[in-house]
Amino acid sequence: MTPEEMLLDRIHPAPVEQPEWTPDAPAVPPVRTIVLDRPPVAVVPPPQRNALREPDASGPLRLQLDSVGVAYGAKQAVKSVSLSIHQGEVLALIGPSGCGKTTLLRTLNRLTELTPSAGSSGEIRLDGEDIHDLPDTTLRSRVAMVFQQPNPFPMSIFDNVAFALREQSRKRPRRRELEPLVIDALRRAGLYEEVHDDLDRPALRLSGGQQQRLCIARAIAPRPEVLLMDEPCSALDPISTGVIEELIGELRRDLAVVIVTHNLAQARRVADRVAFMYLGDLVEYGTVGQVFEEPRAARTRDYVRGAFG
Amino acid sequence: MSAVAPYQPAGKPPAHRRGRRSSPTSWRWIDRIALCAAWIAGLGLCAIAAAIVIYMGVRGFEYLRPSLLFTRPAPSVSQSQSGGFLDPILGTLMLTLVGVVLAVPLGVCSALWIAEYGRPSWLARTVESSIEVVAGTPDIVIALFGLAIFQLGLFAPFSFTSSGGGVYGRSFIAAGAMMSLIALPPLFTATRDGLQTVPMHMREAAFALGKTRITTIRRVLLPSVRSNIATGVTLGVSRIIGDTAIVILLLGGALQLETQGSAPGLNLLRGTGPTLTSYVYDNSPAGEGGAPQKAYAAAFVLLVFVFALNLLVDWIGRRQTRSTGMTAAWGIV
Repeated sequence: MTPEEMLLDRIHPAPVEQPEWTPDAPAVPPVRTIVLDRPPVAVVPPPQRNALREPDASGPLRLQLDSVGVAYGAKQAVKSVSLSIHQGEVLALIGPSGCGKTTLLRTLNRLTELTPSAGSSGEIRLDGEDIHDLPDTTLRSRVAMVFQQPNPFPMSIFDNVAFALREQSRKRPRRRELEPLVIDALRRAGLYEEVHDDLDRPALRLSGGQQQRLCIARAIAPRPEVLLMDEPCSALDPISTGVIEELIGELRRDLAVVIVTHNLAQARRVADRVAFMYLGDLVEYGTVGQVFEEPRAARTRDYVRGAFG
Repeated sequence: MSAVAPYQPAGKPPAHRRGRRSSPTSWRWIDRIALCAAWIAGLGLCAIAAAIVIYMGVRGFEYLRPSLLFTRPAPSVSQSQSGGFLDPILGTLMLTLVGVVLAVPLGVCSALWIAEYGRPSWLARTVESSIEVVAGTPDIVIALFGLAIFQLGLFAPFSFTSSGGGVYGRSFIAAGAMMSLIALPPLFTATRDGLQTVPMHMREAAFALGKTRITTIRRVLLPSVRSNIATGVTLGVSRIIGDTAIVILLLGGALQLETQGSAPGLNLLRGTGPTLTSYVYDNSPAGEGGAPQKAYAAAFVLLVFVFALNLLVDWIGRRQTRSTGMTAAWGIV
């Protein structure tokens, strides 16, 4: 073989002889049965809702956003968004990553102020009051928030909820006074039955889903008017997600709920109204049925059909 | 395209095999040398540590008598009359106490300021470099500086004063104050690193509940860095216990605890005395050279103290991970 031939042989190797097909060899190789985990059994059945249903008769207006904009330095993260948020309904903020959903959510309790470069414009009124006129501590106990990561404090279950209830007062309320409030909050968050035997257990020993419900209990303990949820289920398994979605459905009776989610199916399941944000703009706002079935904007249609995102 | 998965043989997966690795004979010489050096350095360090421990252990067991721990030293040329080292042990404990009591608030508060406030940034940088300067200053320099400070008339109440009104600047308070500077850097670093590992969303969770920053620090952050502070304290204490220069300069070469004034407790702090390190120095062939046996015995006790503290640091670290799952949980988040 000459070197050229060897090189050619390397580039185009001679075809390997395929073994002859014989009739007695099985035509289709046996398929191994893969045993899946047992199908998820949700503790609470998933909410059965008609996606096309109109929202419940809306409760009182809680939050009114008037051309709200947020910028980080020169970057405009949210451009002029106007919305109204009522008690008794769940508003889902949907949209691709980096489109200002979380920023908008964090503006509602002025948590964006923790970022030194962030500046906001426009007006947000909580029950008719400008939120910039309220002290931040008051505002945040009226507009509570649940985060993406379950983040209980490294203390007992009881203390986690009690921490939210203790005012910035000189005198610490006693455990006897706080106990009914703590238990009530845990009950409303659907956690009490699972933890009632030992409220002094460290909260970090709970499972992820339980931790997130503890965070919800902590947030709703001071009886806020609005509950902000920043992708509350994205770190959780499907069963815990189902439980929390059911919980959101119950909570909206007493609260206005704003939820940011990447999960369109989740938005369909839990939300009454949907706001679609794209590159900082509020592109579409309407009931679940409108946004998912008859979107007005082409962007929305493409997004809810999964063409991008 | 069929939807059938390719044939997967059923049954146990085969045992793991280890792939062949390149043999060092094919390596570059520099890599071969480096590999040998790494092994030798590691093993050599073990040997050195073992040598120290074994030598001091043998000497310690040879010369240490329980009575030495409980008798006071006495100025005598005769070894049978010169007593034990009760006073140096008490002196070490007292000095450590003063140093820690001063260093903990200073270190923890400065770490809190850096980690939680830290603005304006030029000031934060200045604070951090100040700590580095303190950490890098040789202890003999710190001691000299302390002597200069405590000899000022202003600080006369803290130390020995001669009958003529001259301030000696030597006392457990003066030495403890300078020791707190020795203990400060590890304490500061441990606390700051602990605070920096607390995830941001933990703070945000507290802010979102309408809590102020200071409440968040007190109720959320400080409890979660408790074990970091404990580690820092232990590291600081082992540095205080082992330091000699400050003791020599700011306590002098006293053999016994000497009181100053009449207030009980305070008179000890205002007075001077020996510590284990100064006792070892004084009795070693390098010092007065009186009693190397006693120096070895005291050095053994010193070593036991420091090892016990190191074990304590380890134990604190493990306990935190085990009991709260905190480090583990935060490691993932």
